[in-house]
Amino acid sequence: MSVASVGGIDCDVHPALSALKGLLPYLDEHWRDAVIQRGVHELNSIAYPDHAPITARADFRSSGRRPGSDLDLLRAQALDHFGSRAAICNCLYGVQLLFSEDMAAAFTRALNTWIAREWLDREPRLRASIIVPLQSPERAVDEIEHWAADQRFVQVFMPAMADQPYGRRMYWPIYSAAERHGLPIGIHAGSSYRHPVTAGVGWPSYYTEDYAAQAVGFQSQLTSLVCEGVFSKFPKLRVVLLESGYSWLPAHLWRLTKYWRGLRMEIPWVDRSPTEIVRSNVRLTLQPIDAPGADELLKTIDHIGTDGLLLFSTDYPHWQFDGDEVLPAGLGADLVRKITVDNPLETYLRIRETLAW
Amino acid sequence: MSKHVVFPLKDLPPGNRKVVNIGGRPIVIFNINGEFFALLDRCPHQGGQLSCGQLTGLVEASEPGKYCYSRPGEILRCPWHGWEFDVRTGKSWCDPSRIRTKSYNVAVEPGSKLVEGPYIAEVFQVTVEEDYVVVEA
Repeated sequence: MSVASVGGIDCDVHPALSALKGLLPYLDEHWRDAVIQRGVHELNSIAYPDHAPITARADFRSSGRRPGSDLDLLRAQALDHFGSRAAICNCLYGVQLLFSEDMAAAFTRALNTWIAREWLDREPRLRASIIVPLQSPERAVDEIEHWAADQRFVQVFMPAMADQPYGRRMYWPIYSAAERHGLPIGIHAGSSYRHPVTAGVGWPSYYTEDYAAQAVGFQSQLTSLVCEGVFSKFPKLRVVLLESGYSWLPAHLWRLTKYWRGLRMEIPWVDRSPTEIVRSNVRLTLQPIDAPGADELLKTIDHIGTDGLLLFSTDYPHWQFDGDEVLPAGLGADLVRKITVDNPLETYLRIRETLAW
Repeated sequence: MSKHVVFPLKDLPPGNRKVVNIGGRPIVIFNINGEFFALLDRCPHQGGQLSCGQLTGLVEASEPGKYCYSRPGEILRCPWHGWEFDVRTGKSWCDPSRIRTKSYNVAVEPGSKLVEGPYIAEVFQVTVEEDYVVVEA
């Protein structure tokens, strides 16, 4: 069935900043001057090299423009084409990769302001994640507090890999603020490259390795969040894994739950099985579907034990599927509705409350 | 279920454990500070010998980082995978409603009572002057 007829929520689209100069109007005088004086480079992360096929599907590229930078094209190609009633903007401009916390605070503020003025103000179907300066959890909380009253900001954005495992208590002020404001934490593929993305074996040689290794990074973060007790301390907090893939999740939960049974006394605040915790507090976006087809996707859902975790996404303009095949053929209408409408609305209460039906 | 006289009390001082065989079932008996507990000596997970496991206390937490320690010596960890069992009830700590090992009633009875019957004495003579450990299995 065509997803366009359902009218779902696209939980992962990527509006792109064409160039750093697009942020200048939103920086204060000092930083505007510093960017020019110092010749600050474009903050384009190697997580999505410009010419890598995955960075943009061929028909989402238009000559001379950065893919995802044109609102009219995003409207036509993502929103209208898939009939989405809302889409969540996750801006991947590399501001979270900076080392200086002052610079990160200034640039994340500017980026979030750019998102609000040039995307949210111009298209009522759009929502966004708050990009926070993880360099300083205290200033990340400031950034959350700055935007929390704007109901169009529906999530707090963290890249899949940063300085410390995300379960560590140094990040808890961020989770506390997010839980208080009813904002899920969205953890998106990509790294600030503080550590090799390949989970301890060393730096990879190829982009192929980097992108494949994202799944391992997500597993490690999920394990950290569960074992450190983030969901015990913040039971209402939801975490959404964005562009994480999904097929690895059941095997990882089998493994983690098995070891929790024997090692529980080391982490006594994990008072129920990690599988149960993930089912209640964690969600994952649909694209990329890292399974060959509908059968394997259904088996994966069966292994997880619930169909409530998957959230529809196109991952526009990244190239994850061809044509209209955002959902594999062969999923029943009920499951399609769960993925495209029910699960996203259950996860993002702010969208549920502000969406005009 | 019937009552079996398994050994004289003096054979199991406090802090020790003994394995007996009743009707083909291996049963481990603990003396924890003068209280006696008996469990089937087979972990419900994959059959490990619980009698070879360490006794420890119960660690709980009201929140991450706040450790609450209680019931010293009453939690048995299976030597194979470390699963925790409550020696009083046989229930596992990770899934108490679904996973447990069998526990048995155990008592200390004076010899004078035992000679009256209908106890089943395992391999030794009961004398009225001694106390004996009796397992209902």
